[in-house]
Amino acid sequence: MIEARGLVKRYRSTLAVDNLSFDVRPGRVTGFLGPNGAGKSTTMRMIVGLDRPDTGEVRISGKRYADLRWPLREVGALLEAKAFHPGRTVRAHLAALAASNAISGSRVIEVLEMTGIEKAAGRRAGNLSLGMSQRLGIAAALLGDPGVLVLDEPVNGLDPEGVRWIRNLLQHFAAEGRAVLISSHLISEMAQTADALIVIGRGRLLAQTTVARLAASAGTLEDAFFRLTGGVSDYSGSL
Amino acid sequence: MPATSASRATSRQSHRRRSERARGGYGFGTVARMEWRKLRTVRSTWCIVGIFAAGMVGVAIVAASQQHSASISAAARGSFDPTRNGFSGLLLGQLLLGLLGVVTVTTEFSSGMIRATFAAVPRRSLVLGAKAAVLGGVALAVGELCAFAAFFAGQAAVRGPVPPATLGQAGVLRAVLMAGAYPALVALIGLGLGAIIRHTAGAICAVVAVLFVVPLLVTPLGTATKDAVVRFLPEQIATLSLTAVKPVVHALPPVPALGLLCGYGAAALAAGAWSLGRRDA
Repeated sequence: MIEARGLVKRYRSTLAVDNLSFDVRPGRVTGFLGPNGAGKSTTMRMIVGLDRPDTGEVRISGKRYADLRWPLREVGALLEAKAFHPGRTVRAHLAALAASNAISGSRVIEVLEMTGIEKAAGRRAGNLSLGMSQRLGIAAALLGDPGVLVLDEPVNGLDPEGVRWIRNLLQHFAAEGRAVLISSHLISEMAQTADALIVIGRGRLLAQTTVARLAASAGTLEDAFFRLTGGVSDYSGSL
Repeated sequence: MPATSASRATSRQSHRRRSERARGGYGFGTVARMEWRKLRTVRSTWCIVGIFAAGMVGVAIVAASQQHSASISAAARGSFDPTRNGFSGLLLGQLLLGLLGVVTVTTEFSSGMIRATFAAVPRRSLVLGAKAAVLGGVALAVGELCAFAAFFAGQAAVRGPVPPATLGQAGVLRAVLMAGAYPALVALIGLGLGAIIRHTAGAICAVVAVLFVVPLLVTPLGTATKDAVVRFLPEQIATLSLTAVKPVVHALPPVPALGLLCGYGAAALAAGAWSLGRRDA
């Protein structure tokens, strides 16, 4: 369970996140949707304590992230595709992170197998393709078998088989009773993967709803998305 | 499917049990284990250590043979210090271990690894503390090993008018031990500067500035000022105080000099911890 309350984050002159409150409940996949620059990544960084909100706070199962005793066992996060030292092997990267939260070496092997990168375990992480890097990032997020998953653009760089794999994986985790938050700007992907939706634009909450309800409001999910975000996208081309 | 989810469920339960047993949560021990794994699983660590070892021993041998060829006047023989002369390799060595300290933290920022690290361990000062302990331990072990190797190789190569130093002579063992500790302390200063500056190139510039540029800047201020100031600078502390067996005029005594150097390291780390905690990752 993630509870965000009144999050505000300002970078110099730009207001990245503006009084944002939402809940991510266990047992379903929650999509985090918004145009580029809407504040999705900033919000996700605030959830795992990497960025400090100017005001407001996030609680994970009632606790602040900084107070978690075993953060990796409570929250698994994928925030960028290549958050690893390029010279370290896949196995060494995972083993190092695992050590910090006293996670066993056998669990490292488990997540390598779950994400299908066990054959690349001895390769330097910097030599992986984008798709493989994403899988490594997801493996790292799964290390602590956490009850909450926070994934920023997890399907980026994945091939169609990988996209389907992650969709099934996330739905499986949700069915196990975990809270899953994934961001994307791919509306069609969200329509297939998510149950609940949080839509933001320019850092503000536009809707907290479900995929079915939002789609029903305007024919298709895409139409509904554009009606919601109309006028709040910072970058729009003509034609 | 039921079979796999059942096995997943038992795997989750066993994880729960394990985490309940280790109720305390992450701490210095677990974080230090992560940092030790990180340090030893990148090639750059061993490259830097290798060059450091080769430099310390190689320069010691070259310096000793120079001592032979250099015509040392009878007057200069009294003040010539073969121990100190044998640690000329520290000029290069301090820079290498300073570099090791810098890249230990800056490559995490350049690669994005730091965000994985801080998500796993939100207490950032604990991360820096564990890094400092692991890096400091490794650098001290490497430094001492190479200091003794450089000392024995260098003194064995001495063929000159001044006899080689031996460990049994007064102050020599102390000088060798301090010669090994010095680059480890520079590594910690590098780690602190890296945590503040976050960029490899910038942090290396800062280390070079502290070690080499500041002494040069003081020179034009006149001999009196220079003598009063340079003895407090790390590089001069190493050559004039730590490795010297025969006391040098204007130099700090070895023990206070080492204490001052530890103070510099602690200050750099404290500033680094403060900066890590204050700024977003």
